[in-house]
Amino acid sequence: MSESPIIFDRALVRRRRERALRLGPTTFLLDRVADDMAERLAAVTRRFDLALDLGTPTQALRLALARLPSIGTIVGTEPIASEAARQNAVAADEEALPFRDVSLDLVVSGLALQFVNDLPGVLIQIRRALKPDGLFVGALLGGETLTELRQSFAGAESEIEGGISPRVAPFADLRDLGGLLQRAGFALPVTDVDRITARYDSVFALMHDLRRMGATNALAARRRTMLRRDTLMRMAEIYAERFADPDGRLRATFEIVWVSGWTPHPDQQKPLKPGSAQARLADALGTREISAGEKTGRS
Amino acid sequence: MTDHPADSVDPKLLEILVCPLTKTPLEYDAENQELISRAAKLAYPIRDGIPIMLPEEARRID
Repeated sequence: MSESPIIFDRALVRRRRERALRLGPTTFLLDRVADDMAERLAAVTRRFDLALDLGTPTQALRLALARLPSIGTIVGTEPIASEAARQNAVAADEEALPFRDVSLDLVVSGLALQFVNDLPGVLIQIRRALKPDGLFVGALLGGETLTELRQSFAGAESEIEGGISPRVAPFADLRDLGGLLQRAGFALPVTDVDRITARYDSVFALMHDLRRMGATNALAARRRTMLRRDTLMRMAEIYAERFADPDGRLRATFEIVWVSGWTPHPDQQKPLKPGSAQARLADALGTREISAGEKTGRS
Repeated sequence: MTDHPADSVDPKLLEILVCPLTKTPLEYDAENQELISRAAKLAYPIRDGIPIMLPEEARRID
């Protein structure tokens, strides 16, 4: 469908999410995202009759949104039909959306879109599926996420195996995302970051949590061989040396990047044409106006 | 959306679905519980009331 490089093994991403559902998912990040999302949407004075929850791995977001009176029906995508599936569910891949153009009022997504290969393409598909004056709000993991784990793996692999392989996924940069939203045709794009430091007793507890988030390595270029035990142990040592708090517990950074944008509509606020001002800026500032040809300060 | 048997798809949901590959409308085959994309020559299954809109899970048709 597009020429984007294949970074993530999408089928594997789905299997990892299914495994997480079986294990009983770890939900602290998603619960936080769900609460934040509900708060953000509660502040919007517009009714959304038909909303889509795109790829959020647990039910947390849908349950939080179902409590908002401004939101009508919520349809959700699932990694695959499973016993955990619920009403109004569709099994779909976020990269190939099965929704009609101009059919949705709201699209939300919690911690799913960091694992797509073609984010610009996905944003365009979302924009097309939205009606005019429709809203997209997404939360995805940002570039600083798991920076400690990435550094520890790189250190251990280069020491023991003489080279490094991709262990922790690349994540989108905040500055890129605003531009991507605009290029996808969204108006009034907004991005912001929520940084969370979780603390773990050991790196193994962190890795266990990642498994239960369905967030273990799904990179297409991942090594297919088993992680060597000596590399793993060295990684754990490096992590403990460099990223422990005084009480011995280990820090793990999660960066949640929030993006939102509206599909264009004539009634939306937009910048005025240059030269169309009704009042002078100098008057508002109580200062003397200096025309563009004059130099300031020096005479 | 409304009350309906657990293993049938809500008609309102069917209204907004299109083929994920071609974005063209789908035909609903109620008997075989499939959504047919003529353009992509694929039949997407509906399992337990959930449309499986994944090309790799779809059946090829002529």
